[in-house]
Amino acid sequence: MKIRYFARLREAFGESEEIKLTAETEVSEVAALLKERGGQWLDELSRPYRVAINGKMAAMDAKVSDSDELAIFPPVTGG
Amino acid sequence: MKVVIQQSDFDVAREMAEIRKSHPEIGAMVNFVGLVRDFGEAGRVREMMLEHYPGMTERCLEALLVEANERWKIVDATVVHRVGSLLPGDQIVLVLVASHHRKEAFRAAEFLMDRLKTEAPFWKKEHTVEGWRWVDAKASDEAASSEWM
Repeated sequence: MKIRYFARLREAFGESEEIKLTAETEVSEVAALLKERGGQWLDELSRPYRVAINGKMAAMDAKVSDSDELAIFPPVTGG
Repeated sequence: MKVVIQQSDFDVAREMAEIRKSHPEIGAMVNFVGLVRDFGEAGRVREMMLEHYPGMTERCLEALLVEANERWKIVDATVVHRVGSLLPGDQIVLVLVASHHRKEAFRAAEFLMDRLKTEAPFWKKEHTVEGWRWVDAKASDEAASSEWM
C-alpha cells in the first residue's frame, strides 16, 4: 500500500512510501506500526493528524488494503 | 460550478462577469476573498507557502459545492484557491456564489469558506523573522465548520 505524507509530515518522513499489507487493516493499526519506528515517527504521530483513504477523509477505524492509497497529514490550514 | 487550484493570481471581476453573462436569472452574487495577512501567531510574515493534495483537494471542493447547491439552490459558484509562494496582501482564495436571492448566496458563501477551512487539504507554511514554520489549525475554525453539520 502506498502511504503519502503532506506538509510537516512530508518534511519529516518524505513524500511517500510503500508498505506491504497482507490483509485488510485498520488505519489505527497502520499508524501504530509507524509509531513503533520511534524517533520522529513517534514524535510527529503523537501530535494531531488526519488521514485520507484514496483521497477521501477517513476515520482511524476505517480499513485499508494493499491496493489503497493512504494519506497522513496535519490538520488542514487553507483558506 | 467551477473549482480551480492555481499558482497564479485571479481576477475577481472577470470571475464574476463569467458567471453573470451565462445566467440572466441571477439576482445576487456574493464573493469572499481571503488574503495573506502580514502578521501571524509568530510575528510578522514575510512570505507564505501553500501546499495541497492534488486530486483530493479538487474533489473535496467539488463535493462542498454540491452540498451547498443541495442546501440553498444556488445558481452557480466558483472557488479559486492559490498554492505555492504568496506574499502579504496577496489573494489566496475566492469563493463566489450566485443565486436568485441574496440570502442563499450569503449563506452558501459562508458555508463554503467555513468547511473549506477544515476539510480541504491545504497547508500553510509562513516565513517570519524566526524562519519557516507550519501554521497550526485553529479551534475556532473547527467550531465554525461544525455549526453547519
